[in-house]
Amino acid sequence: MDNLLTDPVWLGMFGVYAVLGTATASILLLKGRLQDKDFSELVARTKTWGYIILMATIVLALGTKAAIIAIGFISFLALKEYFTLVPTRKVDRRVLLWAYLCVPIQYYWVYIGWYGLFIVFIPVYALLFIAFRLILAGETSGYIKAVGTMHWGLMLTVFNLSHLAFLLVMPTTVELPAGGGGLLFYVLFLTQFNDVAQYFWGKLFGKHRVTEISPGKSWEGLIGGICTTTILAIVLAPFYTPFTWPFAMAAGALIASVGFIGDVTISAVKRDLGTKDSGSLLPGHGGVLDRLDSLTLAAPLFLHFTRFFFGA
Amino acid sequence: MLGRSLQILFFCLIVKPVLLIILGVRVKGHENLPEDGPAILIANHNSHLDTLVLMNMYSLKNLRKLRPVAAADYFMKTPFRAWLSTNVINIIPIARKGARTSDPLEPIYDALDNNQIVIFYPEGTRGEPEKIADFKRGISILAEKYPDVPVAPILTFGLGKALPKGDPVIVPFFVDVIVDKPCKFKDCKTDDFSEFLEQKLKSLKQGQYFADYIEENPLVDA
Repeated sequence: MDNLLTDPVWLGMFGVYAVLGTATASILLLKGRLQDKDFSELVARTKTWGYIILMATIVLALGTKAAIIAIGFISFLALKEYFTLVPTRKVDRRVLLWAYLCVPIQYYWVYIGWYGLFIVFIPVYALLFIAFRLILAGETSGYIKAVGTMHWGLMLTVFNLSHLAFLLVMPTTVELPAGGGGLLFYVLFLTQFNDVAQYFWGKLFGKHRVTEISPGKSWEGLIGGICTTTILAIVLAPFYTPFTWPFAMAAGALIASVGFIGDVTISAVKRDLGTKDSGSLLPGHGGVLDRLDSLTLAAPLFLHFTRFFFGA
Repeated sequence: MLGRSLQILFFCLIVKPVLLIILGVRVKGHENLPEDGPAILIANHNSHLDTLVLMNMYSLKNLRKLRPVAAADYFMKTPFRAWLSTNVINIIPIARKGARTSDPLEPIYDALDNNQIVIFYPEGTRGEPEKIADFKRGISILAEKYPDVPVAPILTFGLGKALPKGDPVIVPFFVDVIVDKPCKFKDCKTDDFSEFLEQKLKSLKQGQYFADYIEENPLVDA
């Protein structure tokens, strides 16, 4: 069993716990002072964060195999939430089952470290299979929409998220300071930190709206978030990545900006369907997709950025 | 006693893993569930899983109090199915059709008299996936006879997608359950209790987002 909690990751997790502790303490303090305000949402959110971080710690301690299975399970939950959310046709029911089957297969490629199949399985083979299986289902009305929604869901929740797991097994030309686990920690921490940073900058200075899709998102929040995340990316890079500071700067800006795109993408899906949350699995956050939205795009871009410059 | 142990085993080993991992049940209004009998739970019916989901909202300790009303012509058809239904699930078999010499609801009266919690599907059948059909008279007759017994309307959504009538394969979906406050017949000023409950159940859909099936051929309809 390989422990992914190498010294830097351990320290990083320790830092995360410290942040969580500080957040809890400040909420309790504010709650005591502002009796008339409702903090239930914030409390639920922080509590859920606590569970997520605790589970992440356990999984990291259990090693690469456990982490691949855990990320695979998260993919399954996200895909299930997506299929529950989007309207489907009655004839698509059995085809959805085949789509679910892509989850274990995709993560098996990760497990055996077969990059070639990992990178083409869903974009090429799953697309082909779903398109053909839907033809066999025999209903032409709504065919394009069915193939489109199904495959796009697989891309976002299975293909893209599986990049998180592939970080653990990706061969590199240089030795990583904290192994694959370090890369995983780096991208997870920066993406989630960026969500919070964009939210805070937006709350403090937000004035100019970026898009009609998400009225809460402002240019001030976006730019403030990108700057803070980039600085943090440069500070953390020597401990978790092979990046020198220019690379770290690029990686940080990349994670922050595509994180934003992932966020508004899921917002657009919800707006299109007329619902506020993607689900209710995570109290205070909404659904799994609400939490993972920014990662769906940040994970693949971060992997390919790293692989382009340092991949073996 | 054997039936009870088997029921607990069945729920722990099969029902709970399926509902937790393969499906994922999201309950709103859990606090509205009547804890003790006599009580009646009414729900829309689209899948065999409905009963298991409703039962699973109760603790293992209280499982035996629950008595799902089920059609004898279907659930007593083969010896194995009959054994599973009566011993493990603990159903109340009811004759849906045929010549009736006595009141077909008689076994339900017995259950309510024994302070049990009866699960009743007023539509009478599973019907089309995710569609609520008109309520039959049965629930009115039952409630008029027991005006003091609380009736809790429960809306489920998603089970007809996960396991519809006529297809034995389960497809994973998140499932929503909304439990409404129970009402008693004696407190309701209505002469059509069936209709009243039907409207109450349908109103639980308001303000919620549920992904309905896309109509098969929208061009033809338009």
